[in-house]
Amino acid sequence: MKVSRRQFMQGGVAAFTVSFAAPEFMSDLALAQGVKVRNLVVLYLSGGNDALSMLVPYNDPFYYSRRPTIAVPAGSVLQVGTDSSRVALGLHPRLTGLQQIFNRGHLALIQRTGYNQQSRSHFQGTDIWSTANPQNSSGLGWVGRYLDSLPSPVDPLVGWNTTRDLPRVMQSAHVPVPAIQNPATYAFASSNTGAEAAAERAAAIRINSHIPVDRPSLAFVYGSAQAAMATLDRVATVASYVPSTAYPNNGFAQAMRAVAGSMVRGIGTRVFYVTTGGYDTHAGQNPAALNGTYYNLMGTLNDGLTAFYNDMNNQGLLADTLVLTFSEFGRRISENGSNGTDHGAASTMMAMGGRVNGGLYGTAPNLNLDLANPTLENSAGDVRWETDFRSVYAQVIDQWLGADSRAILNGDFRKSGLGFV
Amino acid sequence: MQLYSDPATEHLLRRVGFGARPDELDLYRNYSIPGAIGKLLEYEDVLDDVDSKIGTPGYASTTARGGAGGFSPNTSILDARQRWLFRMVHTNRPLQEKMTLFWHNHFATAYGKLAGQVGAEDATRYLAAKPSEDRGGVRGQIEMLRDNALGNFRDMLVNIAQDTAMLYWLDGFQNVRAQPQENFGREIMELFTLGVTDSNGAPNYTEADVYAAARVFTGWNLTRGANGAQQFLYRANQHDVNAKTFTFPIYPDGSKTIPARAAAGGMQDGLDFIDGLARHPATGRHLATKLYRFFISETGPVSQNWVERIATTYQRRNFDMKEVMRSVLLSPEFSDPANYFARYSWPVEFVVRAVKDVGWAGYSVNDALTPLGNMGQNLFDPPDVNGWDQGATWFSTGSMLARMNYASALATNQRFNLATKAKPFAATPETLLAHVVESLRSVPLDKAVTSELSTYLRATGPWTGSTAQIQNKVTGLVHLVAGTPEYQFV
Repeated sequence: MKVSRRQFMQGGVAAFTVSFAAPEFMSDLALAQGVKVRNLVVLYLSGGNDALSMLVPYNDPFYYSRRPTIAVPAGSVLQVGTDSSRVALGLHPRLTGLQQIFNRGHLALIQRTGYNQQSRSHFQGTDIWSTANPQNSSGLGWVGRYLDSLPSPVDPLVGWNTTRDLPRVMQSAHVPVPAIQNPATYAFASSNTGAEAAAERAAAIRINSHIPVDRPSLAFVYGSAQAAMATLDRVATVASYVPSTAYPNNGFAQAMRAVAGSMVRGIGTRVFYVTTGGYDTHAGQNPAALNGTYYNLMGTLNDGLTAFYNDMNNQGLLADTLVLTFSEFGRRISENGSNGTDHGAASTMMAMGGRVNGGLYGTAPNLNLDLANPTLENSAGDVRWETDFRSVYAQVIDQWLGADSRAILNGDFRKSGLGFV
Repeated sequence: MQLYSDPATEHLLRRVGFGARPDELDLYRNYSIPGAIGKLLEYEDVLDDVDSKIGTPGYASTTARGGAGGFSPNTSILDARQRWLFRMVHTNRPLQEKMTLFWHNHFATAYGKLAGQVGAEDATRYLAAKPSEDRGGVRGQIEMLRDNALGNFRDMLVNIAQDTAMLYWLDGFQNVRAQPQENFGREIMELFTLGVTDSNGAPNYTEADVYAAARVFTGWNLTRGANGAQQFLYRANQHDVNAKTFTFPIYPDGSKTIPARAAAGGMQDGLDFIDGLARHPATGRHLATKLYRFFISETGPVSQNWVERIATTYQRRNFDMKEVMRSVLLSPEFSDPANYFARYSWPVEFVVRAVKDVGWAGYSVNDALTPLGNMGQNLFDPPDVNGWDQGATWFSTGSMLARMNYASALATNQRFNLATKAKPFAATPETLLAHVVESLRSVPLDKAVTSELSTYLRATGPWTGSTAQIQNKVTGLVHLVAGTPEYQFV
């Protein structure tokens, strides 16, 4: 997969030689024209999220018999009602903030999302979810293809990736997405001061404007440097953002804080990529134990998302905000001998935002270890998909981003009953 | 700084090492290229005393980050990172360090998870301790990889399967008979040997193979040894004694089934399985493909012809990596000038080469640790078991800024040394520019770029050649040139 990723970059580099739009404040223009800004935050839960610990079918006896040591007790789940198949569900006890958001109707939980013959490899699986192409996962990301569909010239800050290197989901043929992990350190250092420093900076800007279009690999690096110089000043305005609510001091929450700052400052970004890791819980998963591994994962997720939700709410931007989560796979139903779970199949996606039609979508699996159980697969070892993950993407593309999902997903994955946004 | 150009030797030392110190270039340019390759391969003949140079004059310095006890690379990961960077700068066995880095990425094991499992100090020991210095004689994973850097790949697999850090990292320490644990069994096939798919995109293994592999390694656990440290233990009573059948041959006769065995002898299952994986044709190709990207070129497609040749050497030489690397380095593709500067430097390659080119007197490698994180490469902490995403993906706006800013910080640190060395070349802006460009070797800079650099040298006033002006300008120039996209290629 790494080879194919590089091959993509080879194919993609020429595109980075397109000239950028002038770094004007797109959102100012848009707002002046009365256009509503819609922001999408794609949140990747890295490692394969054990959805059965996040959204618990707490009345299913097989949930408890197949997970004798790592089940969340029925008495401690945060009840969120029953789904259309009348399965009672509860959120993980650490998701108190998300339960409140759910109760306000701003959180959708989409159960059993996946695809046929789901990959159990982290890396192939992530590529498939990123490209929305189970047949060939070496191409451009689905968000990247959306960016390619925007009329050019495209502002160099239309996308914002909060991780170090470009995730496949944001890989695009024509739009270089900047990587800004921390707005405060996204700055240009000089070796001198005063007029000498200004001369260095001016020289760096000019040097990196000479993109050698006939040498694609070199041009790619030039494109990164040029985009860095072109985005410095606007990102600096985000570094000074003072949020309306406290964010926890961890990488995920600080990334969400940067996203909020970018939206409040209105610097023109429309799609963000954020990730939070640690979900590969093969051992010592301990979802029910205070400060157990999965318990803490839920704490990080809950606290970061809740801070962001409250901040956006206070800033009057909640209706412009949509957060969509994904993970490469769910986990095996039966626990292994290490108090953990191995790689599985279908999982639960979340959509959160002011215009989300909250609630439970899809139906929970029946966890009965019966080879004929249609909600399971792999000898009833794993959860079988019910909603193709591309149908969720299609809903976001059509109804939120205002683009044509059939063109971006190379097929018609629209599905009725998925009106979460 | 070198005053002559020897492109073939410089290329060789960029690939088998981390660029060339002046003394390295002086040494290796006395040999023919095949002669130099032979010397570099036979590094066991070179005294391994680089660690003893830490803290001595004439070398880059380190900064104790491990607390009150002083510099402690066996117990502090920050100090361990410094020791490795120091080795990369000052070793006289460059290929050993380069291969160690290759294996570190191949068997990617991350400090972050280990520290959560066993604490910061033991996590550092299991990853980085040197047995001669550790209080319990622990040999950390990186020292095992270093000892086997050009060893036998099959033996390396056995070592890694029994490595304490790996047994924590992929949860093998809890792989038990009743409910096997699949993490290591999957990754040894997907990442360490076969790869997910073959060159035609067909899967190399099935989910059933993953379950069987997990059962093979049941009982490959840990125990606390007499030295107080966790070490490998085969627990017979936790081993699944039933036969395990795979979709590919495990034995030379083509048999795909590891037979049922008594528990006492059940460790042989894992050794048989590793033999089968080492021998599988996909493994040699998988390794060869990674070697092509690391030693030959990243800017074009992988040569399948080359991969087949290297994979053939791998099989014929019974997985002997020294012979594999001899074939790699002696291949015409390696020496082809078209492949000079055809790789995107990893952050540590960029940093160490810059230190070698710019200078290290008065420089602590500690100053590179935070910048390396911003560039995306904390040694001992790869992002996941797949290692670092490489090639063009090293480059984004944020990481490119981090590289430019590192060049600035290094130049600032070396301000006076640079000015002293530049003084004889500072008659005009052009001579100064030629001197700096000569010192920081890259693909030729475009005329447009050198023109911008000339403009910069004249930007703040007429050229006087004063000491103050040289200090300002040579520092700024080194910053700008080491920060060019051209300099990011090796």
